[in-house]
Amino acid sequence: MSSILVVLSVQDGRIKRSSLEGLSRAVFVSKKLQWDVSVAIFHGDAPSFVEEAGQYGAKTAYCVSNPIFNSHLNTPWITGLSKVIELAKPRLVVVASTESTKDILGAVAIRSQAAVLSDVATFDVATFDVAGDIVVCERPIMAAKMMAATQSKEPLVIVSLRSGSYEAVKTTETSAEINIVAVPFDFDSGTLTATLKEIVRSTGETVDLSEAKIVVAAGRGVKDAAGKALIDELASITGAAVGASRAVVESGLFPATAQIGQTGKVVSPELYFAVGISGAIQHVAGMSNSRVIVAINKDADAPIFDVATYGLVGDCFKILPILNAELKKILS
Amino acid sequence: MKFCVCIKQVPDVQSTVQTGRMVLNAYDASAVEEALVINSDSTDEIDLILVGPASATETIRKALAMGANNAFHLVVEESSQLDSFAVAHLLAGFLKGRTYDVILTGKQAQDSDAGLVGGMLAELLKLPFATNAVGMTALAGGLQVKRQGDTGQEILILPIPCLVTCSNDMNNPRIPSLKGIMGAKRTTIATETGTPGNNRTQVSRVFPPAARVPGIKLSGEPGELVAQLLSKLQSEAGVL
Repeated sequence: MSSILVVLSVQDGRIKRSSLEGLSRAVFVSKKLQWDVSVAIFHGDAPSFVEEAGQYGAKTAYCVSNPIFNSHLNTPWITGLSKVIELAKPRLVVVASTESTKDILGAVAIRSQAAVLSDVATFDVATFDVAGDIVVCERPIMAAKMMAATQSKEPLVIVSLRSGSYEAVKTTETSAEINIVAVPFDFDSGTLTATLKEIVRSTGETVDLSEAKIVVAAGRGVKDAAGKALIDELASITGAAVGASRAVVESGLFPATAQIGQTGKVVSPELYFAVGISGAIQHVAGMSNSRVIVAINKDADAPIFDVATYGLVGDCFKILPILNAELKKILS
Repeated sequence: MKFCVCIKQVPDVQSTVQTGRMVLNAYDASAVEEALVINSDSTDEIDLILVGPASATETIRKALAMGANNAFHLVVEESSQLDSFAVAHLLAGFLKGRTYDVILTGKQAQDSDAGLVGGMLAELLKLPFATNAVGMTALAGGLQVKRQGDTGQEILILPIPCLVTCSNDMNNPRIPSLKGIMGAKRTTIATETGTPGNNRTQVSRVFPPAARVPGIKLSGEPGELVAQLLSKLQSEAGVL
């Protein structure tokens, strides 16, 4: 029987929502094909995530327990994932599209002789001819100005899925026991070709941007520390993550981890506040999948208003204090 | 350090109207810039390699004009649709047997946005690598690379030879000087015919994304704007 293998990304002690979205989609696709769904977990304590994977419909869990996976380093990841692929022999591998998976997919494709469909917005398995399968997907290209329907008939295909593409849904079936396969992994540190010196975390980041339900993003119109304070206040009132355009990351007002766009993070929250953001296509490419977009900008002709659900033409320094005060009343 | 920068010619995605104008991939421009900066005190030469149709010569001249010394052009048919796998194989075939300390590429191409060639090429050449670099410093016998990761910036030490893919957040690529442009015109570009292998993926259709439902623009005094917005968010959008 063919199978789909879903790699679960763990960050800050939790399975990333985008991985569960990929798992839910894999379960949906596998049902019509009567395929199996397994997951691969790479972590110092991989078995601790198995139960949750089962709740989302995984039947088998490949656990690769090694503390080296607790921070990202491409060499062990490439070796580990290639090894699990060799064991599980899946037809399709699904990963969440993150900076960590983007780092390894090209190399894994060569090592495991796979085709890669990267950063896809949708994926499916279709039949062609009589007995063959074909993996089909739609992926944004040209800075998300266009979509490309792309496919592969290779016997092994890896897709990386953009966050927010599908809902993460727990399975309703009374779950049978999940089959655990412990994969021995002794990584010889002597073969480490890159050494991770340190990870510089940006301070003050409280909500994970790529997973947030509400995002408050700032652009050039949020000129200074006073503007940033208004943004932080709106985020704290609404429980939102703070994002930023490239301009205010370059100016040093916001950390690089807050950058949203073609370079930076792709987000698709329920509600997106674009404050003082003009809406350059590189930025829009990273947020246009948000369900409701509120844009606040002085310039009535700013391109952000073309994608905004609700556009407020005005000065964010005048609007935000009132908005924050009103929201505080509603939400408290 | 001896650098080779892999570059690509892509459509200008920055312009709002598609003019058909072809440009140097912005991420590759950052890679060229970084090689120039690190190499500024060295006598080592910077090489360029481009896989693309004959008409891509213009883009090679642009990167030469920035200050790179030598260029190689693997010429493929104008109509060929190469995926990341095919491009990585052509580049690997060219780079095998040549000695470079550092191979740089852009982190992705602005047209296909796949971001795969760098990692594929590193694996084909058995080189240690880092992707999405936002900073780079030369060390004795190695490179310190700062890459933008999911939770922060990861600082890595890579031995040389190695491969690094560059973000456009790394630097601001220089505008070529008149002297650079004149010099680039005189540089001989070594051309070879590229014979692509198989693609592993095929694009079957390109189409515009589903347009968002047109929104509404509110205007008025700040107080009125906020009141209108909150009422719409609660009753219409149901997000608060």
